[in-house]
Amino acid sequence: MFNSTLRQLGAALRAKEISSVELTQLYLNRIARLNPALNAYITLDAEKSLAQARAADERLADGDASDLTGIPIAQKDIFCAKGWLTTCGSKMLHNFVSPYDAHVIARFNDAGAVNLGKTNMDEFAMGSSNETSHYGAVKNPWDTARVPGGSSGGTAAAVAARLCAAATGTDTGGSIRQPAALCGISGLKPTYGVVSRYGMIAFASSLDQAGPMGRSAEDLALLLNTMAGFDERDSTSLQRDKEDYARDLNKPLNGLRIGLPQEFFAAGLGSDVAQAVEAAIAEYKKLGAVIVDISLPNSRLSVPVYYVLAPAEASSNLSRFDGVRYGYRAPDYTDLTDMYEKSRAQGFGAEVKRRIMIGTYVLSHGYYDAYYLQAQKIRRLIAQDFTEAFRQCDVIMGPTAPSTAFKLGEKGDDPVQMYLSDIYTIAVNLAGLPGMSIPCGFGANNMPVGLQIIGNYFGEARMLNAAHQYQLATDWHSRAPQGL
Amino acid sequence: MSLSNADVRKVARLARLAMSETEIESARAQLSGIFNLIAEMQAVDTTGIEPMSHAQDVSQRLREDKVTETNRREAFQAIAPQVEAGLYLVPQVIE
Repeated sequence: MFNSTLRQLGAALRAKEISSVELTQLYLNRIARLNPALNAYITLDAEKSLAQARAADERLADGDASDLTGIPIAQKDIFCAKGWLTTCGSKMLHNFVSPYDAHVIARFNDAGAVNLGKTNMDEFAMGSSNETSHYGAVKNPWDTARVPGGSSGGTAAAVAARLCAAATGTDTGGSIRQPAALCGISGLKPTYGVVSRYGMIAFASSLDQAGPMGRSAEDLALLLNTMAGFDERDSTSLQRDKEDYARDLNKPLNGLRIGLPQEFFAAGLGSDVAQAVEAAIAEYKKLGAVIVDISLPNSRLSVPVYYVLAPAEASSNLSRFDGVRYGYRAPDYTDLTDMYEKSRAQGFGAEVKRRIMIGTYVLSHGYYDAYYLQAQKIRRLIAQDFTEAFRQCDVIMGPTAPSTAFKLGEKGDDPVQMYLSDIYTIAVNLAGLPGMSIPCGFGANNMPVGLQIIGNYFGEARMLNAAHQYQLATDWHSRAPQGL
Repeated sequence: MSLSNADVRKVARLARLAMSETEIESARAQLSGIFNLIAEMQAVDTTGIEPMSHAQDVSQRLREDKVTETNRREAFQAIAPQVEAGLYLVPQVIE
């Protein structure tokens, strides 16, 4: 049951082979047994989950079920869910019980899915290892001495350990794709504007995008069908016709043009990762794809550009946490400014404070042109590289991350080393393009390797098609960690 | 590029983050490392390039000027640190 696809689970539920209450309870039991070692979930509420499961069983009995009715899904703790503790991995929101639902949560609720719990994450989604969470690091289910990646590390670990049928993530600079790669699962960041950000706690608003994480491309397509769509409550939500993201899954790949950016295979890429990615490209050739060599000359600048733009936007977004209306307030203070300064100093962790300070600095008087404006100009150069590349190819492929999962504590106090683990994913957010990661083998220490697939704007169905055909021909995506 | 402790102190004040002198010292070292990474940008010639402020070049959508939200003051204040008679309480600002 824990290895079933979403379609299989949906069919079993509709055929009454199992009820949603039974399925939810099976997952809750498994979580109780395995989560203490992984720390993938930070909030569980069995009563709420089972109440949703009972409602789903009624819908199933009435013949009013959608593809996801009764299926237990985990939610990244960045999504506000009414009545659920929603912490965003921070002490700042340690007591924040959301009074409303995020758009994504509402869409899953409307579909009749069961919210199985809230998954751990880097604090305010700032991190690439899940070690910045106030609630403790998440452990990688393939080796609990290693990180799961971040910031959607709790989600990635929960999916890999079969502690949910599928789950949600968010991706500002690689936070869906990098943990998906490090935990051996599939994850997709849609085109900017496809999924509403309403009720998703903001980090860097011009980059943030929610997406599905699961065990196969086929599952992702089903989840994205539920998550995507126009929402007037998000001013950047795009008004587009409804799409069926599963429509092209079964198309053959004959003639698919795959662009390989030379910059993604240069110095800095681990040889074990390179080997697995090259083997995946060889498999695509067997499936009929054609390889095109491309160049993204400005992509090397994506890390510096990102570490100006994302902190700048974050410093503005996180100014709302002031200890007045919700969240943490320091116990002792002398006046209003002291209350702000102490509440924020005590409520935010080190990485979040670091990024708020970078952002405050680059936006401050006298530095705006040299940093913020210059970064926005280079952002356009990076986006134009992709536009140029997509004249010659249909999808771009390469590694998701330069190495497999590193050890907990390994990158410790060097933020710059940590930032470089997103070197292949950040450019995609800056351009606003869709990107995904799928498992494509194992590297050093038998840890999973992810293949990144980047599509043109609104190219999700084509990317999912490419991923699904690969998953029909290989079985990397169905491998599970031992001993769980 | 290297920052001074005074730079860091100023930024911490602008960001409303209380910091001890030891914290300022360690933040200075780490921020300087990050700004060295960022410095790579400065060598790029961006003459005539339009800044890209958003992932999609779309214009802001307008909506009708009408009330769409209901008053949920009680629900919102139930999670506030300190409220009284429907008001959020903070230390006195006006004598």
